[in-house]
Amino acid sequence: MTAVDTPTGSIGVTKLRKEDARLVTGRATWTDNVAAPGALHMKLVRSPMAHAKITAVDVSAARERPGVVAVYTGADLMDAWKTSLPSVWQVTADVKEPPHWPLATDKVRHVGDGVAVVLATSAGAVADAVDFVDVSYEPLTAVTDMEEALKDEVLVHDDAGTNRCYEYAWDSGNLDEVFDRADVVVTRRYINQRLIPTAIEPRAVVVQPDPTSGGYVMHSATQIPHILRIQLAIVCGVPEHKLRVIAPDVGGGFGSKLNVYAEEALALALAAKLGKPVTWTETRSEGYQATIHGRDHIQDLQIAATSDGRILGYKADIKADLGAYLQLVTTGTPMLGAFMYPAIYKMEAHGLKITGVFTTKTPTDAYRGAGRPEATFAIERIVDDLAAELGMDPMELRRKNWITHEEFPYDIITGLTYDSGNYEAATDKAMAMFGYDDLRAEQQQRRASGDPVQLGIGISTFTEMCGLAPSRVLGSLSYRAGGWEQASVRMLPTGTVQVITGTSPHGQGHVTSWSQIAADALGVDFDDVDVLHGDTSISHRGMDTYGSRSLVVGGYAVHSACQKVIAKAKRVAAHLLEAAEDDIEFANGTFSVAGSPDAKKTIQDLALAVFAAHDYPQDMEPSLDAEATVDPENFSFPHGTHLCAAEVDTETGRVIIRTYVSVDDVGRVINPQIVEGQVHGGLAQGIAQALYEEAVYDTEGNLSTGSLLDYYVPSAADLPHFETDRTETPATSNPMGVKGVGEAGTIASTPAVVNAVVDALRPLGVKDVRMPTSPRNVWEAIQAATNGGAA
Amino acid sequence: MIPATFDYIRAGSVDEAIAALTEHGDEAKLLAGGHSLLPLMKLRLASPEVLVDLGRVDALRGVCELDDGRLSIGAMTSHQDVIDNDLVRQHCGVLADVTRKVGDAQVRHRGTIGGAMAHGDAASDLPAALLALDGTVMVQGPSGRREITAADLFVDYLSTSVNDDEVITEVRVPKLDGNWGWNYQKFGRVAQAWAIVGSLGLVKRANGSIEEARVGLTHMGTIPLRATAVEQALAGTSTDGIADAAEHAAEGTSPPTDLSATSEFREHLARVLTKRALQAAAG
Amino acid sequence: MTNVQMSVDGASHSDEVEPRLLLVHYLRDVLGKTGTNVGCDTSNCGACTVHLDGRSVKSCTVLAVQADGTRIDTIEGLADAGSSGDDEAGWHPLQRAFHTEHGLQCGYCTPGMIMAAKDLLAENPDPTEDEVRHGLEGNLCRCTGYVNIVKAVRAAAAEMRGETPKAEVTA
Repeated sequence: MTAVDTPTGSIGVTKLRKEDARLVTGRATWTDNVAAPGALHMKLVRSPMAHAKITAVDVSAARERPGVVAVYTGADLMDAWKTSLPSVWQVTADVKEPPHWPLATDKVRHVGDGVAVVLATSAGAVADAVDFVDVSYEPLTAVTDMEEALKDEVLVHDDAGTNRCYEYAWDSGNLDEVFDRADVVVTRRYINQRLIPTAIEPRAVVVQPDPTSGGYVMHSATQIPHILRIQLAIVCGVPEHKLRVIAPDVGGGFGSKLNVYAEEALALALAAKLGKPVTWTETRSEGYQATIHGRDHIQDLQIAATSDGRILGYKADIKADLGAYLQLVTTGTPMLGAFMYPAIYKMEAHGLKITGVFTTKTPTDAYRGAGRPEATFAIERIVDDLAAELGMDPMELRRKNWITHEEFPYDIITGLTYDSGNYEAATDKAMAMFGYDDLRAEQQQRRASGDPVQLGIGISTFTEMCGLAPSRVLGSLSYRAGGWEQASVRMLPTGTVQVITGTSPHGQGHVTSWSQIAADALGVDFDDVDVLHGDTSISHRGMDTYGSRSLVVGGYAVHSACQKVIAKAKRVAAHLLEAAEDDIEFANGTFSVAGSPDAKKTIQDLALAVFAAHDYPQDMEPSLDAEATVDPENFSFPHGTHLCAAEVDTETGRVIIRTYVSVDDVGRVINPQIVEGQVHGGLAQGIAQALYEEAVYDTEGNLSTGSLLDYYVPSAADLPHFETDRTETPATSNPMGVKGVGEAGTIASTPAVVNAVVDALRPLGVKDVRMPTSPRNVWEAIQAATNGGAA
Repeated sequence: MIPATFDYIRAGSVDEAIAALTEHGDEAKLLAGGHSLLPLMKLRLASPEVLVDLGRVDALRGVCELDDGRLSIGAMTSHQDVIDNDLVRQHCGVLADVTRKVGDAQVRHRGTIGGAMAHGDAASDLPAALLALDGTVMVQGPSGRREITAADLFVDYLSTSVNDDEVITEVRVPKLDGNWGWNYQKFGRVAQAWAIVGSLGLVKRANGSIEEARVGLTHMGTIPLRATAVEQALAGTSTDGIADAAEHAAEGTSPPTDLSATSEFREHLARVLTKRALQAAAG
Repeated sequence: MTNVQMSVDGASHSDEVEPRLLLVHYLRDVLGKTGTNVGCDTSNCGACTVHLDGRSVKSCTVLAVQADGTRIDTIEGLADAGSSGDDEAGWHPLQRAFHTEHGLQCGYCTPGMIMAAKDLLAENPDPTEDEVRHGLEGNLCRCTGYVNIVKAVRAAAAEMRGETPKAEVTA
């Protein structure tokens, strides 16, 4: 175990965000704000059909429209691509990875698939011109249902020969024996519905030829400027060193901007072809078809237990709707949950099968939580259902099966090692905040009186896996990249500090938190630190921001680079103070000689001294600057206990959350306010899945929820106040003891809410309510249960 | 996001607007607050060749009392101005209360009462309210002015009996005396969404019983509807009869099925919401 | 083309515009005032909220020609005139409160959210939590879960009423 540093300085206290000044005054640099004089406005002609052969594309009329500069079909641009758009996770040796070209050439595979691209001198001109591209289609049958797709009667990718992209099966322990021995086996099918991430800033990209370098500068609303640069260099054949990618202010991502998109490749290729800047911003409705979706799993679960409530094992048969193409991490998203089905419970065996399925829908990919929300939902739902089956209190069942704090580090049945945790502490705190016993009493009262508004209590004692990721582990899983992170620290001659990070924040406040880490480590003032990011020419190495990795890996890299600066400075201090290096002590930014408190140099003194370079040790370079690349040995495992009390109006089906309590353990906290904010936002998104949101396709493959008019993103009026608190059990996989917080709230909250809804309705015979637990779905579950059948 | 091009005519008066409509026929559309039309134009679901903007016709704004004792609300009066208007609050508070539930704050600042009636959306709150109030609209066209009752105004899905060359100039509603109570149950997926179903209950009490009850239903068919069977069942009865009467709320309706509700669920909601609206209105 | 004249954040403008030009595009593309954002195409998200003659409107659902002769106020004009933008002392209490209460993360919805909140407080200087939540139902935020937005609006309201702002920041 690595020792955990003692909190000092500015770590662990709220510092107001450095990012806010430009954001609250309307001076941010969103990609769509980037001025590119003379830019051509790009717009794609998109397929209105889910599945069809392209028989002809006539662009002649569009070329004649006012302001139009160029129009290209998919076939016209095949020369521009060195390879198709990337899928980075080869989850199995025989995974089907059909080509995914920026524009379709042979057939279209989802509504919104790009068929042609128009460039014009203004946004209005290009909007008018796209309607004049005449595409002839020969309609094919849409493939919208995963189980139908698996019959392979209609193929999404003919050359693949099957709609089964991959099948990953794996078990451990003596599964058959465990299920034979079980007193109780609960079998459930959960539907983890399709979601649309809906970052409030739409995607946008601006590419400008750069005569100075002979290359290109791309601004993109992306979470991954570094990965994007590498991948676009490969796809478009632009030398990597001639492509500079800048993620300026980015307005949220949640996974939707963790990708290499057709429009980014097109903008680069067309800027290169035409020698002019190219700009593109999606409209929201367009984005709903062309930006990745999330979730969309069918989860068939069985859990085996003894009659006294000991969980023995589970079988999970997961079908994941991948949509029409493999985007960057489409294949891997279900895999990120594959290891997490055991959650916090000790058991003897597990069996898992994941089937990735092609359909004629928008591709799915990582959406906040990516695999872990799916796993957590299924396991936390079925544990509740098991408790009901056993007649046990659902919290009691959990207590009986979870890993106790004395048992860490603990190897779970899927092979992960949970390094630390204290489920008892988080739960005790949450239960006290929630008033569990009083709410149970009220529930009994409402049940007894037949109140039309029933009360339900939902529990989610979750854990998740974040801090993507140990590179060797990723390699062993055939992920085609590493999971390290990079940071540099520049000690400027006047005593201020620049930190360069490979993470790429889009709302998470890295500039503030990383400043705290550096200020704390170096003993400098918080305001004397700035953090640079999101520009591949400034931050040349990085693996970007997703998977709750930034603090755990990127923050660790900042910490590590600071330690290297201190080590160098210590040598310079020893030299200047004419003392042995071992006698130099460092505290609060000052190096002093042990026993001689007046003999000291501040770190700022030393930065200036090496800049002047008049006097420094013979065997070192005159610089304190340092960089670090860290690659943690393990994932980190935040956990927590979430409790939801929901009122369910049995007459209308309306669910209202009355109380929501969460106690999260995200390890050591750098900035409590930012951590709380991350939890709040995560809760909102997880609750939104439970109550409101669903992307629906009709049988023709049309996206029925095609805009914010019918994809219900909740407003302030639709969400409750959250009571949040924390416990702090440090992680051991990094010296700061941090675990990551970006996704915890989302992962935990969905099952807490649905468990509460089902709990409210159990006396009516309801065993499940399909998400979202909308009035319609609640009412139909009640109807089904009270009409004799189980819902 | 960018509407198709159109010619823009800024009308200085109702007569100018009528002249423009007469000249351009069905190529022209009136622009009031724009909160029904502009969203359709941005998605290019509507592409009128001529827009006739009523925004400068100040005569169409404001509320006054008519000699016959009703209130006249200028068609271009914004939802917010209806909510804030003293005459409306004093004499027809139900209209202010329903209007408060239209859209969101920004929508209420721009959207107009006349525009809402002209759009005639069965899912929108105000048409059902006008119907329940036995209100009317005044329209003006090349051949003069005429008054259309709410019952005659809404003829089919997004379709009214206002002619293409006519302009809605006023919305007229009765004054309600102190014996009236009301409640609007708007039931939607999220706060800013359209109603899945809405039920407006209006109850006039006299000597402990219900002298008259009216129910306006939102989104229960292609046009706003009255739950006449409920109204008939309640007339002259006591409030104890509300629950039974509300069971008739879906009679004569033909609600749509969509993602938020099947027609069956809508019928069920109409019964539940009508019961609640009437109970609150009578309470 | 049609001539429009309006006052935007205190400055007078006169431009020839296409009638189809939306107010938000007039602000962003003609005047270069990119502080006001576009987040959707269906008038739902409220990111584009500005004030038209003192009332909040969604500038994506107003034509520039409709705004002719009006006064438009955007997030860019909210701080004291002459304030550098970085100087918190010159900020409007709402801007300060969103900062101190962490009422923003990515910040994309923030200009619209603040402008909507400003109108809300003009109507109701002392709103309850519920009134703030319903008053902002026309604005979507995907980052914050709204809890801190509600806190920020109420904290700003208190300051604007002359009450001592609560120090909500805790370690």
